[in-house]
Amino acid sequence: MNAGGRTNRLVLAAIWVVLLAAPFWLNLVGGYTALGSRVLVLGLAAMSLNFLLGFTGVLSFGHAAWFGLGAYGAGLALKFVALSTPLAMLLGTLTGGIAGALLGALIVHRRGIYFAMVTIAFGQVFYYIAYRWNSLTGGDDGLRGFSRQPLAFGPMRVDILNNSTLFYYFVLVCFAVAVGIMALLLRSPFGRTMLAIRENERRARFLGIPIELHIWIAFALSCVFISFSGTLYALLNNFADPNNLYYSLSGDLVIMAVMGGMRVFWGPLLGAAVFVVLQDYVSSLTTNWMSFIGLLFVLVVLFFPRGLLGMLRQRRVA
Amino acid sequence: MNLLEVRGVSKQFGSLVAVRNVSLSVPAGQLRAIIGPNGAGKTTFFNMISGAVQPSSGSVQFDGRDVTQVPPWRRVTLGMARTFQITEIFPELSVAENLRIAVETASGMRLRPWISRRATTAVTRHVEEMLAQTGLMSKAGRLVGELAHGDQRVAEIAMALALRPRLLLLDEPTAGMGEQETFEITQLIRRLHRERELTIVLIEHDMRVVFHLADRIAVLDQGALIGEGTPEEIAADAAVQSAYLGQVAEAGAA
Repeated sequence: MNAGGRTNRLVLAAIWVVLLAAPFWLNLVGGYTALGSRVLVLGLAAMSLNFLLGFTGVLSFGHAAWFGLGAYGAGLALKFVALSTPLAMLLGTLTGGIAGALLGALIVHRRGIYFAMVTIAFGQVFYYIAYRWNSLTGGDDGLRGFSRQPLAFGPMRVDILNNSTLFYYFVLVCFAVAVGIMALLLRSPFGRTMLAIRENERRARFLGIPIELHIWIAFALSCVFISFSGTLYALLNNFADPNNLYYSLSGDLVIMAVMGGMRVFWGPLLGAAVFVVLQDYVSSLTTNWMSFIGLLFVLVVLFFPRGLLGMLRQRRVA
Repeated sequence: MNLLEVRGVSKQFGSLVAVRNVSLSVPAGQLRAIIGPNGAGKTTFFNMISGAVQPSSGSVQFDGRDVTQVPPWRRVTLGMARTFQITEIFPELSVAENLRIAVETASGMRLRPWISRRATTAVTRHVEEMLAQTGLMSKAGRLVGELAHGDQRVAEIAMALALRPRLLLLDEPTAGMGEQETFEITQLIRRLHRERELTIVLIEHDMRVVFHLADRIAVLDQGALIGEGTPEEIAADAAVQSAYLGQVAEAGAA
């Protein structure tokens, strides 16, 4: 028990050291800082999805909808409301979070494949809205004409717009806050009811837990987290496009979570890192980069059914 | 007043009448057994008490309150806890975590996004009390899915107890158990009944267990109540005899 706790703390420390030092070592291994930011943003998105998938046992196949709503919300806020990064993030997060919470309330009585199908359908609805509503969203061309704004702390300005290293650290702080809240929630009584539902719905119900209410709250929280990551994505690219809402992105997020290990808190981050880095390197060699990711995914599922991190953890326990 | 009062419940699945107009009154502190051959409708009847199944007609009253329309999770909060014929636990969590979830839910903390140190201590103390009472202390850190079948059944009972119920419903607590395990779980149920004066309704196939434990026995056959009484009365009852082909008389005599 104690040894396990110590190892966990060491792993945790290692993860944060690697993340904190990323701008220094990324260039040495042929990467670039924006790639690190991308890993963090998509990693946070995959972890948000996994909050629901891995810890409540509910599979959403349309989580890109809330991610994209966050991205569009932030972009539109910067373009039309005010030139403020924090305000854009707040509005974007609220857009995706509220939409997710409302629609989630309609579907919490569905289970398994039915739940997954309805979530895809919702995702596609938002995709087509973004695709069609040219005047507001820019349609197929995507939403342009906004950029993230430097942060102002009183007289001090942090230029996250032009300095990609500063922006990386800004994303890292946002990431840390979000995953910190997630971790605390998972250790709370409410978080344990999520695990209970994942493990055995019937038992949970007959312990006095109203399952649907708890799944709905977990779903809504997951939507809030993922739209928060979506706002960061819009800030990263200074751009939002309909593909941010498309179901193939939802699928990519599921792949990241499963590949990294959905029963492990940090699994989806590793999955996202592998996914994003492979995408970056392989897509410069061939346009068929998705085949490589597909192949890797199949191998992981066949040989490490608990995912890359899940596998490591099991080894250690055994 | 009776803690549990079931009035004329029936359940129809399509054209099949699983339970036909069954009534049952259980006063506080009683240990009531429900017996009957396979397919007699015992589990369906049980499910109507706990709310897993809605009766087609009739009513269920708990502690003077009509709970027929009350959803199962809320019946639990009113003081009704149950176990299942096929063990229902949280397999990939430890025994202690299984109990912790039960204790926190019963303490009304289930929606809390944080927990104070003091509350954690109180919950832990309660969990340890349950572990000690059910003899699971040495297995507290093990994943409950990895325990032996008998220990899993005990863990499920411990979870139900952690809810501090006023009525405990046990669906075949000795199902699939060996001699020794059956003996131990029977002792545990008896202790709970005697020491905590817990009201218990249980379904059981093992007649020795039933006659050893029950204050009163209700007999179901083909969905209908065919007999009710003390173990001695049931052992002597002709209708029960014919439904059971002599098993009951043997156990009653033993």
